[in-house]
Amino acid sequence: MSVQSAVDKLKAKFGDTVLGISEFRGETTVVVKKEEIVAVCSFLKEDVGFNFLTDLCGVDYLGQAPRFMVVYQLYNIGTHTRLRIKAPVEEQDAHLDTVSGVWATANWLERECWDLMGITFNNHPDPRRILMPADWEGHPLRKDYPLQGPDREPYQGRLQ
Amino acid sequence: MANLETMTINMGPQHPSTHGVLQLVLELDGEIVRKATPHIGFLHRGVEKLAEHRTYHQVLPLTDRLDYLAPMHNNLGYVLAVEKLLGITDAIPERAQVVRVLLAELTRLKSHLVWLACHALDIGAMTVFIYCFREREHIMNIYEKVSGARMTSNYFRVGGLSADLPAGLDQEIRTFVNSMPGHINTYEGLLTGNKIWQKRIQGVGVISAEDAIDLGVTGPSLRGSGVDWDLRRDQPYSGYENYDFKVIVEEGCDTWARYHARLKEMRESCKIIHQALDKLKPGPILADAPKIVLPPKHDTVNTIEGLIHHFKIITEGFKPEVGEVYVGVENPKGEVGFYLVSDGSPRPYRMKIRPASFINLQALPKMCEGSMIADVVAVIGTLDIVLGEIDR
Amino acid sequence: MGVEETLGNNVITTSLDKIVNWSRASSLWPLTFGLACCAIEMMATGAARFDLDRFGVLFRASPRQADVIIIAGTVTKKMLPVIQTVYEQMPEPRYVIAMGACACSGGIFDTYSTVQGVDEYLPVDVYIPGCPPRPEGLLYGIMKLQEQIKRERNSFGAAIGVGERIAG
Repeated sequence: MSVQSAVDKLKAKFGDTVLGISEFRGETTVVVKKEEIVAVCSFLKEDVGFNFLTDLCGVDYLGQAPRFMVVYQLYNIGTHTRLRIKAPVEEQDAHLDTVSGVWATANWLERECWDLMGITFNNHPDPRRILMPADWEGHPLRKDYPLQGPDREPYQGRLQ
Repeated sequence: MANLETMTINMGPQHPSTHGVLQLVLELDGEIVRKATPHIGFLHRGVEKLAEHRTYHQVLPLTDRLDYLAPMHNNLGYVLAVEKLLGITDAIPERAQVVRVLLAELTRLKSHLVWLACHALDIGAMTVFIYCFREREHIMNIYEKVSGARMTSNYFRVGGLSADLPAGLDQEIRTFVNSMPGHINTYEGLLTGNKIWQKRIQGVGVISAEDAIDLGVTGPSLRGSGVDWDLRRDQPYSGYENYDFKVIVEEGCDTWARYHARLKEMRESCKIIHQALDKLKPGPILADAPKIVLPPKHDTVNTIEGLIHHFKIITEGFKPEVGEVYVGVENPKGEVGFYLVSDGSPRPYRMKIRPASFINLQALPKMCEGSMIADVVAVIGTLDIVLGEIDR
Repeated sequence: MGVEETLGNNVITTSLDKIVNWSRASSLWPLTFGLACCAIEMMATGAARFDLDRFGVLFRASPRQADVIIIAGTVTKKMLPVIQTVYEQMPEPRYVIAMGACACSGGIFDTYSTVQGVDEYLPVDVYIPGCPPRPEGLLYGIMKLQEQIKRERNSFGAAIGVGERIAG
């Protein structure tokens, strides 16, 4: 089935949860409420056929509310179509449910999202840092984290 | 209370299996592995955050260093993502697309040669390592003539290529690719009928198709489990729909199947390279987009528009529209994707790299548990991981 | 005084330092310590085209059996304790070659997790710039280290416990 019919089925089933649908350069993006993310993902996997989670990441829109957006890139192996689901997450309540029960791929991807962005995933089977050392403080990929780290001044060049 | 039945050993970040800085903590019951936990992050260099502070053109050398065994594929994925963001995918000239496919398939050969060399070396066949690296030197010569560097080529540009192929190079590539099937026969002659190789490889690292799809495994590791997946055919890019090649799917689900899948893929790559060489016709190599693509040198110094465009592109960079794209390409390791978010400024707002090896490595515990410790080395080899991509 | 008659042509005279230095330089055994992209160029240098074995270089996996550690690739803060542990396990005399821009100075990765040059923590003898350096560059670096070893003094004395090794 095409992406358009998949999105129509999603809207028909979830109504209010769908906050927005947009299209850019031939790719469809659906924004849903974060509370229903597991239900949406299970529906998309079982009933609509998006059985492959390609990627999961967080984006930090510092200065906007909600601050974070968790992005899920889905792929349907049977029909070779892609779909993007986004779930907005506020800064004060940076939690959402894990989808590692739906696709096991999400396990490490959510660990990376926690490690670099600071978004906690409820009921995650293994919530540890993955790329940074275990005793690192801070979440480096946030926009207010300095590129060179908190303990170093950037290289200014010879002309000082 | 420590478990007295199992012994925990550390296959530390420094170990002779030259796949990079991966730490595996293994819990062993005698020789059987009960639990395998990979620890990564020893090569995390902050590429995604660094990309937010560089213009789109300046991010390109960073992508070389991700999967450093297949640098042109990373370049290709990034360049396709930026071109999709800008909306100029249809404006890329035909010669640029053919050269991109040609070099991408040469890169696939290069990466698979390293896979075979290191996989065989870990299991004990050192001759294959030397032979594969000898073939690789030919490809590195071609890389050097095309881009100036043996490994980190940084050759593709947003809008086409950075420079045209030098004269006589297509003849050199043709000679090399004609000799390649003979070399692959040599490797098969050394390994496929070898009883030791068969005993070390068959039945090792089994993962079923459902588990592989659930865990997100892609590339030859997925095709070795019977799943018919190839992004070159399913979501074609850069003109791949015009080439005639087979997608190799093996049903064995074990290391033996993946070994055969990659060897046959090398032969298919040779076929694609022949077709690309036949399709090469003279023509422009850069899209006609003066605000994005650097003007030719004589325009820069002789016309005022060329000078201004050159100045603006180098100092400020081009500004795409607000939006986001995701493009995935069929890297030798799997699907490598680039998710770019643009906020209208000359720097990417967010660049997320979908690393094939990172997600393939998640399948390692499932493939190792229950087998012997010597099989762990075979599994790491067959997953074909590269730490530059895992840790970014 | 000294030797009165001429020596036969099966006798060579030399100094203890020279012979110890020559044997150490001709048989440098590096530790396999490839971290990133430079490791692949190191492997290519060890392969058939730019053979390292003809220089006496044999890669050893255990630090207890290695003379020199070639830091090939980016050093991150997470990897640093591992490098220090491995370096301390190497017996003296030991040397350090920083191969590639990342090991020399952090390279293009001026970020929160990268150590800006391994010489912040280890005493480096030879720096080989490049990203990655060509195999000829690595060979030149190893030859420079060999020349440096041949210029050392009191190597034999340090080996038997009389005085310190004076670097070249």
